[in-house]
Amino acid sequence: MNTDIKVNDIKVIVFQLQNEEYGVSVEQVLSIERFQHITRVPRTAEFVKGVINLRGVVTPVIDLRSRFGIEEKEFSDSSRIIIVTVEEMNVGLIVDAANDVIDISSSAIEPPPEVVGGIKTDYIRGVAKLDKRLLIILNLNKVLSPDELSEMQNLEEVQ
Amino acid sequence: MEKNQYLDMFIEESKEHLLSMNKNLLEMEKNPSDPLLISEIFRSAHTLKGMAATMGYEDLANITHQMENVLDGIRNNSIVVSSDLLDVVFESVDVLEEIVMDISSGGEGKRDVVTIVKKLEKIEQGTTISETSATLEIASTDSMLDQQFDNFERTVLIQSKEQGFHAFQAHIHLREDCILKAARVYMVFDVLEQVGEVIKSSPTVDQLEEENFDLDFTITLLTKDSVEDVKAKIFKVSEIDHVSISEINVEEFQSSEELQETEQVEKSEIVENETISKELTDSSKATEGTRGSTSPSNKTIRVNIDRLDRLMNLFEELVIDRGRLEQISQDAKNEELSETVEHMSRISGDLQNIILTMRMVPVEQVFNRFPRMIRGLAKDLNKKISLNIVGAETELDRTVIDEIGDPLVHLLRNSMDHGIEHPSNRASKGKPEEGTITLKAYHSGNHVFIEVSDDGAGIDRNRVTERAVKNGIITVDKSSTMQDKEVYELLFSSGFSTAEKISDVSGRGVGLDVVKNKIESLGGNVFVDSVPGKGTTFSIQLPLTLSIISVMLVEIQSETYAIPLSSIIETAIIKDEDILVVHNQKVIDFRGKVVPLIDLTSFFDVPKSKENNGYQSIVIVRKGDKIAGLVVNSFIGQKEIVLKSLGNYLSSVFAISGATILGNGQVALILDCNSLIK
Repeated sequence: MNTDIKVNDIKVIVFQLQNEEYGVSVEQVLSIERFQHITRVPRTAEFVKGVINLRGVVTPVIDLRSRFGIEEKEFSDSSRIIIVTVEEMNVGLIVDAANDVIDISSSAIEPPPEVVGGIKTDYIRGVAKLDKRLLIILNLNKVLSPDELSEMQNLEEVQ
Repeated sequence: MEKNQYLDMFIEESKEHLLSMNKNLLEMEKNPSDPLLISEIFRSAHTLKGMAATMGYEDLANITHQMENVLDGIRNNSIVVSSDLLDVVFESVDVLEEIVMDISSGGEGKRDVVTIVKKLEKIEQGTTISETSATLEIASTDSMLDQQFDNFERTVLIQSKEQGFHAFQAHIHLREDCILKAARVYMVFDVLEQVGEVIKSSPTVDQLEEENFDLDFTITLLTKDSVEDVKAKIFKVSEIDHVSISEINVEEFQSSEELQETEQVEKSEIVENETISKELTDSSKATEGTRGSTSPSNKTIRVNIDRLDRLMNLFEELVIDRGRLEQISQDAKNEELSETVEHMSRISGDLQNIILTMRMVPVEQVFNRFPRMIRGLAKDLNKKISLNIVGAETELDRTVIDEIGDPLVHLLRNSMDHGIEHPSNRASKGKPEEGTITLKAYHSGNHVFIEVSDDGAGIDRNRVTERAVKNGIITVDKSSTMQDKEVYELLFSSGFSTAEKISDVSGRGVGLDVVKNKIESLGGNVFVDSVPGKGTTFSIQLPLTLSIISVMLVEIQSETYAIPLSSIIETAIIKDEDILVVHNQKVIDFRGKVVPLIDLTSFFDVPKSKENNGYQSIVIVRKGDKIAGLVVNSFIGQKEIVLKSLGNYLSSVFAISGATILGNGQVALILDCNSLIK
């Protein structure tokens, strides 16, 4: 687990999905790539878009929109693939745009609001308030949990 | 003393010698009168003794010394081979193994060897053998032109005569202006080895090699060819002045056998001779200081596997760039460029073969230790079991070989303990008393399969379910509805042992789930099948871990996939109307066989982009002896590719074994035909 989130300032990469802003800790980000050819991998979870050739390394890519249950849209010029590393896995995340790196003091991060009947979102680590902006800080370990992946796969197989 | 630098070599070689001793001892048990085997064992013991003494491991030297005495007795027929005797010899080999193990794990190599040495001495003293081994160290340097034969050689000569071979003595005189005498000798040996077998030469091969002779030498040859043929063949080698060949009168030996006293010194020289002449024809010279090593050895050098891995990784990069370059030169249409690229591709192809084969080792290395283990265990269990090894030459990547030993030991032990019944039981069932365990290795597609099958009682379904219910692995309800296969799979769940009695052979039921885990960690799979009363087969499927493979690239709609060539039987284009439907399954009649079709477009949910033109492109693939046809849109061609994993995140995608990067920089997926065919 990344302890940096709890102490002092952390640097996060900010990206957009739909109209919301998300952040991931900069330590977990290897690079940000322009959109490129993705080879589809059949019989995997819906949000797994396929694999790309990342300078000689075959890297899986997932669509964060579909992973978070947001309606998918065509990839555009501003679409980016953020390559993150979690527990020795390198995975690319497709986002609408990524254009900012900011420092957040850890005191600005609040736990995710829990509402009765709300969607269970254990992949959200917290919400950071910055002036008028709200930044959703992701827990990448949960976003990329292999259990989730195999669960999804099983679901599809059943269907 | 800089002993350490030789220690690795010593350990490796000792292991090799011990292995060959074990192997030959087992052979000898079946076939006690074979003089070749005894010499072979003797030689191993002798070399081991020499090495141990040099390295200062006295206990090791003591045992081998005493073993030598016993073996020599056997060789001179003054000691009769019996099962008891072999037990003692086996026991001493065990002690030797322990000592070598101890040394390799950093120990001093000290053991209490008094008992075993006493035992060996006892065997030796029970006979009237002449003391010999001490003199063995001194090889005779006399170069006699008149060849004399000892007991052993005489036996060989007599036996070969019986098999229709002629024994010739060829006296060869080289021309005086001959410059490279050793080279000519080598060529003569080479020629002669092609027509028969050289059993002796004088001067010795060592001396011949060192040009330690004048101009003539004598060779004893066993062949089926006539004198004239042999002579003509020898004359093909240039710079030979004259050759005289005479036939050896073998009958003479038979009558005068008792009369001829043989010198032990001579004998040891000859034993050495024989190996070295073999090695010579293998176009290699025995390494200095390791005279007479076990197998027909080539010149070898031990390389750290890490370096090979690095070499492999670098080469993979090169192959990807090669693919790029090929593409670029195709597009550029510059003749000079494409010639150079073509040449480079050829060279890198050769390079690739060398690198790959460098990492491949025959499974024999692992299998070799099993006959010995089976023999010992069968005795402990009071069962009669023979081990049948098939396909020991099958090659696997070194890293896999290193890991596969323990799981196989588990499976073999399991078969021996739980599979094969006691002889009395077997007899009452009308089976031969001796049970057979077959260990079989073979290639299929990108995988190597290793099967351990026995002709024992098979798996008792009821006992398995009972035990599984008792141990809380399944419920009673479930146990009655399970398929046989599913029941057998239960054997691999942890905390399971069907043996009523816990024996020290197959342990406490930790075995099989450990086996499964281990195999899976190697990227493999393990299956079990059983016929009650007939036997059980465990089969292990292992990846070759070849990181560069030949594939056929195919197009499915607009996506490119790679199919390993090793799985492909052939390709075909057939008309739509030739596709038949049997029980909702599309099939074709292909060369008299009904072959099921798998439409990859729908199997992989590929978005449709191409119209069907009334013909279907089909790749016929196989897994073992089962075949299937894969329907694709078009064939692109054959290509060498670097196998890459899909990354840890997508560790197990059904029917995809990996990915590769094509010349245009895009990723193509590699089909796993083994999982497509059930």
